Amino acid sequence: MTELLLTLETFSDALVSGLIAALMLLVNLLPESISKAFQYAFMQRALLTSIMVGAICGMLSCYVVLKRWSLLGDAISHAVLPGVAIAYLLGLPFFIGAFVTGALTSLGIGAIERHTRIKSDAAMGIMFTGAFALGIVLISKIASSTHLMHILFGNVLGVQQSALLLTLAASVVALLVVWLAFRPLMLYAFDPTQAQALGFNTGIIHYGLILLLTLTIVASLETVGIILVVAMLITPGATAHLLTDRFKTMLLLSMGVGVGSAVLGLYLSFAFDVASGGTIVLVATSCFFMALLFSPKHGVLMRKWRHRQVDV
Amino acid sequence: MTPPFDSASAAIDITALYAAYHRQPVLENINLSFPAGKWTAIVGPNGAGKSTLFHVLTGSMKPLRGRVDAFGEPIAIHRKAGNIAYMAQREAIEWDFPISVWETVMGGRYGHMRRDALWRRLLPARWYAPSHQQIVRKALADVNMLALADRPIGALSGGQKKRVLLARTLAQQAKILLLDEPLAGVDPPSEQLILNVLKREREAGRTVVMVTHDMPGARRYVDHVVLINRIVRGVGSPEEMLNDARLAELAVSSVEQSSNDQALRPTAFSVAQE
Repeated sequence: MTELLLTLETFSDALVSGLIAALMLLVNLLPESISKAFQYAFMQRALLTSIMVGAICGMLSCYVVLKRWSLLGDAISHAVLPGVAIAYLLGLPFFIGAFVTGALTSLGIGAIERHTRIKSDAAMGIMFTGAFALGIVLISKIASSTHLMHILFGNVLGVQQSALLLTLAASVVALLVVWLAFRPLMLYAFDPTQAQALGFNTGIIHYGLILLLTLTIVASLETVGIILVVAMLITPGATAHLLTDRFKTMLLLSMGVGVGSAVLGLYLSFAFDVASGGTIVLVATSCFFMALLFSPKHGVLMRKWRHRQVDV
Repeated sequence: MTPPFDSASAAIDITALYAAYHRQPVLENINLSFPAGKWTAIVGPNGAGKSTLFHVLTGSMKPLRGRVDAFGEPIAIHRKAGNIAYMAQREAIEWDFPISVWETVMGGRYGHMRRDALWRRLLPARWYAPSHQQIVRKALADVNMLALADRPIGALSGGQKKRVLLARTLAQQAKILLLDEPLAGVDPPSEQLILNVLKREREAGRTVVMVTHDMPGARRYVDHVVLINRIVRGVGSPEEMLNDARLAELAVSSVEQSSNDQALRPTAFSVAQE
């Protein structure tokens, strides 16, 4: 058993080193003024983590935006906090606790919504603030406020090997699931009634998507933190939605926006010595406003210009 | 009351079906057969349980009691096999969804695609599924929407959207088509086109069941009429069922519907006797 774990550890370490080496080949093509920021080992780990988080958050954000699940994403991300604290108390890896409380809260929201007269937005508001408060109380008892700050706002520059591996595993799972279940997921997001009528199990699709969302949030904790992961789950998808009328293109664009803002944000935060999670989100937000103004299809300026042409 | 069809000629057999929403009975003791290869119209006032009946048939709602068979077997078998296509009335569709007309209709093939080998499904659409693409092309041509195949679905008019959703239903190539008000809110040319398409489907041997408020269309095209309002109020030919006396009893004639809401209350009905 221990031998197996050791082999696994060696293998995963080798995998991460390989990925980082491949990334550095690309980074070294950049001008030296930029690439020299990435000569530190901690920056290389941060870069790899950010890229993966940007990609899976970008991917999931398409579903979040189109299913109007923004508030649900917010709810799950906050509900993760007590799980982190409880896992710490029990000596378990933090992601197990985080995943469990995140998933439990989303199930609780669904149950309240279905069996009482409380509407879904109120159900979410109650459940996630409750869970979040529990998390804050627990953490204030057991850990320092720096710990709390790191969980809330992320600490990508301090990413440990174990957290990196977790993000890698979560990314592989998320990418595989979306690739293999691409059609049912798209049909469910577009027209759930039809998905049901075609014999797809919409219950499994619904909760599967929520679990995938929870997994993505847990994997992003270290990079952008609980509060800001919501931005990465909404902004890239919303940006891509303004740019295209094809779902596949939207997925790819959204992942591009996610990865791009993660990498650029990471570099800027290093260059200006500011908080990395916040910088990453700010870059994504700028992408959104650029798309809002300049998108050829659904941008504000283009629409104005087209109206002008019609008038004349 | 219901003329018994022998089960070989019935596409769908409903026996002693009860259904309720929030403990309000919506359907009571429904015994019905939809004859195979025929075009049946279901007629009844708003809130009569017509859509509920379809929800039970498509499996999105569990009945309180009762049994539904298709071709003499439990209907679930035929749902799984892709033999039943359904077009909803008020679709829970995100019209802003970034999807083209073509992809929307291709969605009708997803049920059948599950039966293809997994490795094939993972190929890009160009190499995988030329046969699916031919079917989609034909379905779009049937509803005269092939020219707009690349349009985003949200950019279409109401009648065009209905035609695309009909194409998606056709693309399933199912033995039974369940259509919930396929003619509601469409422009007259689209309406005529939809009726012609359904006529051709029936001629191709499919069983068509539609909920409709369009009496002239139903009189001209359908073979079989079911009047329904919580219970079955009448079953027969269009001539027998869609005359003024019958419709006055059911209070679905367009005059009453627009001018007299009272007539829609169930208390205003007398039970139709055969």
